Amino acid sequence: MLSRAAAALFWLGRHVERADFTARLMDAAYRFEALPQHDPNSGWKSAVRSSGSGPLFDERGLTANHDTVSEFLALDAGNPSSIRSCIDKARFDARIVRASLTSEAFETLNQCWMEMQDWLRRGESVDMQTLIERIKLEVRNFEGAIWRTLMRGENFWFIRLGTVIERADNTARLLDVKYHTLLPEGEDVGGALDQAQWTAVLRSVSAVTAYRHAYRQTLKPWLIADLLILREDIPRSLAHCMDVASEYMQDLRARHGRVGPADRLARKLSDRLGHLDIDTIYKDGLHEFLQTFIAENNRLSREIGRQFSF
Amino acid sequence: MTGEDGAVRPAYERLDAWLREIPVDELERRHAAAEIAFRRLGITFAVYGEESADEKIIPFDVLPRIVTSDEFAGLEAGVIQRIEALNQFLADIYGPQEILKAGIIPDELVLANSQYQPAMTRIRPPGGIYSHISGIDMVRTAEGFFVLEDNLRTPSGVAYMLENREAMLRLFPKLLREHRVRPVDTYIDHLQDMMREVAPRGVRGDPLGVVLTPGSLNSAYYEHSFLADRLGVELVEGGDLFASGRCIYMRTTEGPERVDVIYRRIDDDYLDPLEFRPDSILGVAGLMDAYEAGNVTIVNAPGTGVADDKAIYSYVPDIVKFYSGKDASLQNVETWRCREPDSLKYVLENIGELVVKRVDASGGYGMLIGPAATQAEIEEFRSRVKADPDGYIAQPTLALSTCPTVIGKNIAERHVDLRAFAVSSPDAVRVVPGGLTRVALKDGSLVVNSSQGGGTKDSWVLSDA
Repeated sequence: MLSRAAAALFWLGRHVERADFTARLMDAAYRFEALPQHDPNSGWKSAVRSSGSGPLFDERGLTANHDTVSEFLALDAGNPSSIRSCIDKARFDARIVRASLTSEAFETLNQCWMEMQDWLRRGESVDMQTLIERIKLEVRNFEGAIWRTLMRGENFWFIRLGTVIERADNTARLLDVKYHTLLPEGEDVGGALDQAQWTAVLRSVSAVTAYRHAYRQTLKPWLIADLLILREDIPRSLAHCMDVASEYMQDLRARHGRVGPADRLARKLSDRLGHLDIDTIYKDGLHEFLQTFIAENNRLSREIGRQFSF
Repeated sequence: MTGEDGAVRPAYERLDAWLREIPVDELERRHAAAEIAFRRLGITFAVYGEESADEKIIPFDVLPRIVTSDEFAGLEAGVIQRIEALNQFLADIYGPQEILKAGIIPDELVLANSQYQPAMTRIRPPGGIYSHISGIDMVRTAEGFFVLEDNLRTPSGVAYMLENREAMLRLFPKLLREHRVRPVDTYIDHLQDMMREVAPRGVRGDPLGVVLTPGSLNSAYYEHSFLADRLGVELVEGGDLFASGRCIYMRTTEGPERVDVIYRRIDDDYLDPLEFRPDSILGVAGLMDAYEAGNVTIVNAPGTGVADDKAIYSYVPDIVKFYSGKDASLQNVETWRCREPDSLKYVLENIGELVVKRVDASGGYGMLIGPAATQAEIEEFRSRVKADPDGYIAQPTLALSTCPTVIGKNIAERHVDLRAFAVSSPDAVRVVPGGLTRVALKDGSLVVNSSQGGGTKDSWVLSDA
């Protein structure tokens, strides 16, 4: 496979995943906003920080509130993490590799892009919550098309590698923005607002129900951290993402018969998460742990590019 | 659709009867369905110079253009004769130059032509084929088919021909079956066979082919990716290829892989910065050297543009005669070469009745359609032709054939042309039984180019009996 095509597939996976994550962040912020609180904009501030585009937002001199953040995260062409930018880039890459995608996969993505164009044409009257629902639906359609129709080979593996690496990055950033509310076991548990914050976190990664099933108790911050970092059965947890990344790397290795630095790094990340427990993470510092993970996950992304020369 | 006497031509009788029965609403509904399908599949093209509408679909008209088997047989023989002669012409002008020595064509029209590539005098392409993929544009008048233009560089439109047929198969399967229409997807097989046959000698196993595109922003990108997909080969950009040891390789996830045949969809000028435009980033440095060494085949060969130039066009009947010894069976449209004083005089006197074209322009740009032009436009062209007579040719405005076309809620007659596609291998030239019918959607308009608001139709070649 062409290295350029591998790059396009990998980034296609990343951008689709990020569009979905940004949509979910907004969704969580809308729900959080509805709660009684002294700073009605705090949910919007977290949303913009979790999206990773906080510095750009501040640079623009904007104040975080419902309107500014919605616009910035959904439609702003100058924000590389906005839903619109991600979908534009994903479709651009999909056009590059359209022969490597099934027509179902290309069509769903193209459909999503056309819908976005429609929303943009409508301008003022954009109903953000409907838009977010549509985007989440279209992304599921795309992922479904990939799962159901794409041959299990390099095309599939590169898209999925992009997806899980982006997903791990998103989950880690989301947790890091909230780490000061995610206190370890035994510390004073906060009030209703903290509960709402944790719900918002879980909702951003659609894991509210998963939490209940996994722990059968009220929301405890350290258990939320456990769920999203270490539980291998949670699709958005760091452990799950690294497991899957390592698996796809193995599939690629079986195809190419060569082991590179990206293989070793993927295995190392996955193994390490498999042997950790949440108490150790808290003892060494949750924030430090997340920062290290984000850096290593980024390094994995770069090493994959290097190993397959893109 | 109708003959000179106003009666429906036999080939169209069945379609005519069907049109009388189908409610217009139904036709309109299917028309809309086709458009949605094309857009969803991303079958689009970009129009240069239109910033806002960077992706459009070429309007597709659901009513087919019909060609009888006899008409097609004549057309096919004529196209084959023409392309064989043009390939011989190219081998000649980059070789012994007999045709120039015989004084059939003025030397400077060939040798001073901007499309003439001196590098090609050092290179003999495998099998002596220069134009592997050709598109011949024709119009039909009451007297039969006439050639308007040869396209021997990187003719486009074949994806639309194939997709239009797919759309028709989905929309009107019964109508197609009843008409016994010859299939067009053999084109891909011909293309695949040809790429294998023209591979460099000494290639072991299956030769590795690629389609070379300028990139996803190119107006014909959809077609490039469509072709690569159907051929089952990689769609590469210049940056994916590199030269080493006079061979061409592509960068893959498993390391460099040797490339044998390049179906390129970029212009000569951009192929190789070492040989042509040094500022080109679309091509591959060292490609021409590898080509000269016989280690890679370029499809179409560089330098074919000299044979489809509008100034050379008027000599094609002479070219056919010179190499085949026979008269050309496909006629040219009568052409006045403004470089010749008598013709220039005639053109300037009758410019309001003529179609005037720049010899080096294409796509419907840089032309004047006398009867449709304003007085100011005519005067503008008159002075341009006077200033640079060598740069222009003129042709009569033809009574082009028309075809029923869905326009809003009505069906109206619109002018059409036909691009026939041919694939040339060392053993034969093969013409697809079909082609791309382009239709001028504006009432009375003769310009069918998609960049100027033209649309397309499926072209049905009927089988015998």
